[in-house]
Amino acid sequence: MAGKTISETILSAKSKSDARAGDIVVAALDLTYSHDGNRPLAMDLLTSMGTDKVWDPARYILFLDHHPSPNALSAAAHTKLRDFAIQQGVRLYEMGDGISHVILPERGHIAPGDLVIGSDSHSCTGGALAAFTTGVGSTDMAAAMATGQLWMRVPETILVRCSGVLPRGVAAKDLALAIAGRIGADGANYMAIEFAGSAIDALSMDGRFTLTNLAIEMGAKAGLIGTDAVTEAWLDGRLTRPWAHLTADADAVYARIVDIDASTLTPRIALPHNVDNVVAIEDLPRTRVHQVVIGTCNAARESDLAEAARILKGKRIAPGVRLIVTPSSRDTMVASMQSGVLATLVQAGAVIATPGCSGCAGGCHFAVPDVGENVLSTANRNFKGRLGNAESFIYLASPATAAASALTGWITDPREEFRA
Amino acid sequence: MNIAGRAHCFGDDINTDYIIASKYKTASLDPRDLARHLMEDIDPGFGQRVRQGDILVAGKNFGCGSSREGAPLVIKAAGIGVVVAPSFARIFFRNAINIGLPVFICDTSAISTGDDLEFDLEAGTGRNRSTGALIEAAPLPRVMINIVRDGGLAAHIRKHKTFQVV
Repeated sequence: MAGKTISETILSAKSKSDARAGDIVVAALDLTYSHDGNRPLAMDLLTSMGTDKVWDPARYILFLDHHPSPNALSAAAHTKLRDFAIQQGVRLYEMGDGISHVILPERGHIAPGDLVIGSDSHSCTGGALAAFTTGVGSTDMAAAMATGQLWMRVPETILVRCSGVLPRGVAAKDLALAIAGRIGADGANYMAIEFAGSAIDALSMDGRFTLTNLAIEMGAKAGLIGTDAVTEAWLDGRLTRPWAHLTADADAVYARIVDIDASTLTPRIALPHNVDNVVAIEDLPRTRVHQVVIGTCNAARESDLAEAARILKGKRIAPGVRLIVTPSSRDTMVASMQSGVLATLVQAGAVIATPGCSGCAGGCHFAVPDVGENVLSTANRNFKGRLGNAESFIYLASPATAAASALTGWITDPREEFRA
Repeated sequence: MNIAGRAHCFGDDINTDYIIASKYKTASLDPRDLARHLMEDIDPGFGQRVRQGDILVAGKNFGCGSSREGAPLVIKAAGIGVVVAPSFARIFFRNAINIGLPVFICDTSAISTGDDLEFDLEAGTGRNRSTGALIEAAPLPRVMINIVRDGGLAAHIRKHKTFQVV
């Protein structure tokens, strides 16, 4: 028998079967989670499944990350989530704690080999820990809360092999956008993506999460990276339960292999209004920026903020530009305060926002751009209207490109900052 | 289950923000209130023009983006009888089946806005009554057929206590 991909290995274990791409399995879930951002709330659908109890309260976590109460309806939803958490005995992360996809790995809730679902499309982020983590809607989530299971089609896998090492000033986000440009918005629909190769080995966990977070923008069900010494060092002190290393078998069967030479890569920009509308920064015409966002579950972790601060240190952003920085979690924010990174950013002219999703989903009612304005963001989505105004334009880039562009007021190649 | 209606055509990669803009996510809890904003950012006024029984026709990767179940719920609340596209983004596809919004996977390149379409969802066949062209659907996995027959995922789980995949 041929070997297995990471997805096949995990789904075999969780369905107690020899799961192969294309099979339909019913799999046991290690962890489920929801946030305050989507309607209907999964909890409101639980009783429709014939039960009023979460199957295992230790395996369901709630997050108030999308809306730091912009209006009374949101506040009412928050009360509902808090009441549900108390009544069911499930854990709840409060507003300001940060984004679910960032907190879960950071606080040791996800182990390699786990099967995890979240009621958010960017639930694929945790795959950087070699866990099968994927997004579902509220009804699937309610069924999972009732049964502890979910049916899944075992996905075929695209192997993205990244050779070489990223040049200085070129970030994991640039690699992620380059891959999105190659694979396309639906190139991995119903499939999983595994990222491997020397450029991945050299990435920090922060960079790896940026990469797997973007898997959904290629249509993928999951984005996975095998474990190694970097994973082990990062999990040390975070994950308290025993875990085992997990990588794909050497003879695993892939639907497709995509080769990328990371050493020749330059910064990338996703142009409005699609994530796969990617160009090399040197091919971009001079483009004005009105608002810069360093935030969201894609690239606003500690090292992302530090990279921005390195470029902005002792300088001041261009007149007429707003720089909004949203640390992706409370831990990120505290670490960035202690290291002086936040002070540097504030001195440079940044507005620091509540850790959470603000600056991404327009429903957050924060930092909505004006008609005709260009926003450069480290987010993962640039859909028309995403920030609450369909007459604005969203460009996606790395934290370094965001910082360099805030300084000049134009989309700017951050490698110029390295020449000094 | 037979559905007939007038086609409204959209392009490729119609994402969930286009179906219902993020800014309305906390505006109302009732999909019927939100139905008038359907496709607002890419086709202003569509939500007011669409009629009960109309058919939404799109290109590849329909419903990409967010996991929000509001997307298929608002389409259903607007009276759309079936969404027809050559491919659907995975989460939207599951959500639509789970909440009872019919989906039909087929080539849509020869369908134009205003065409009069009819579909037999059980048989997986359809016809463009305006052009006479026959349409054939890609089959759904067994578990999805079971969910549809039970009347959605909630009814399916109440009945079986688990997922019936065979």
